[in-house]
Amino acid sequence: MTGLWVAAAAIVLALAFGAFRALSDGRFRGTHSVRGAEQPADEVATEPSVWAQLGDASGSAVLGERATLVQFSSAFCAPCRVTRRVLAEVAGVVPGVVHLEIDAEHHLEAVRRLGILRTPTTLVLDAAGHEVARAAGAPRKEQVLSAIPTPDPA
Amino acid sequence: MSTQQSAGRVASAGARAETTQAGIDPRGPQFNAAVTMVVLVAILATAGTALGTVLTAAQAALFVWGATAGVTRTPHARAFKALVRPRLSAPDHLEDPAPPRFAQAVGAVFTAVALVAFLAGGTVVGEIAIGLALVAATLNAVFRFCLGCELYLVIKRFTH
Repeated sequence: MTGLWVAAAAIVLALAFGAFRALSDGRFRGTHSVRGAEQPADEVATEPSVWAQLGDASGSAVLGERATLVQFSSAFCAPCRVTRRVLAEVAGVVPGVVHLEIDAEHHLEAVRRLGILRTPTTLVLDAAGHEVARAAGAPRKEQVLSAIPTPDPA
Repeated sequence: MSTQQSAGRVASAGARAETTQAGIDPRGPQFNAAVTMVVLVAILATAGTALGTVLTAAQAALFVWGATAGVTRTPHARAFKALVRPRLSAPDHLEDPAPPRFAQAVGAVFTAVALVAFLAGGTVVGEIAIGLALVAATLNAVFRFCLGCELYLVIKRFTH
């Protein structure tokens, strides 16, 4: 009889978790922007940017003049494909935005440093390479567009 | 002009080469997961009996089949192609078969643990292992969410 209770518990757990994921996937959350704004400029400068922390994971890529969309992917990841398409499309239509895809499995150092737990995870970096937002799960195009920082007026 | 050139640039630093093959209908693995759900519930309903153990062995064999031959060569895939797909509209996109194949391997591990437990008389241990597989199958069937795939990076983070 315990088997049927296990079955019911498993299905309820899966439905609750799946519903939560469906709601939270692809939602960008601000990360370092608020903390950075409160700090004096020189302190911000001493904190290594996410771009710097990527190290060799960024390969030969260069920062976008307006924003860089850093996507962490892995081999067994169906939503990574969708995310790649969406981010590449945004980089294609918004000037100064670059899309960089990193294979998480081969850059575990960067994955640990940046606290990446799932793939796909998308980091939005500003022109200086500081992280302004991140989203786990496949984001929709409009979610990406609204997470891109506005160009610096200066 | 340099701005224009950098826009739309897609750099791929060390990313695994994208499989450019045509891909599979994502509803195939979803159908497989739905069938698997039914079998796993049947196992839990009959756990502790000979039938439950036989069903567990059968499901473990199906998982091994999918993990080794590929998810397009399983009995589920044949049934999907013959009976289900003709009734559906064309898929809006195709997916890489590697993630669902990996998930089959994860399922094989859980059902193998359950099979050993049932054979050794550890019914509750077996039920919990099947219950965990049922969580993954339900997520796949209802949300097309691949739990085993998500755990892949977490496992890599801890083991490398």
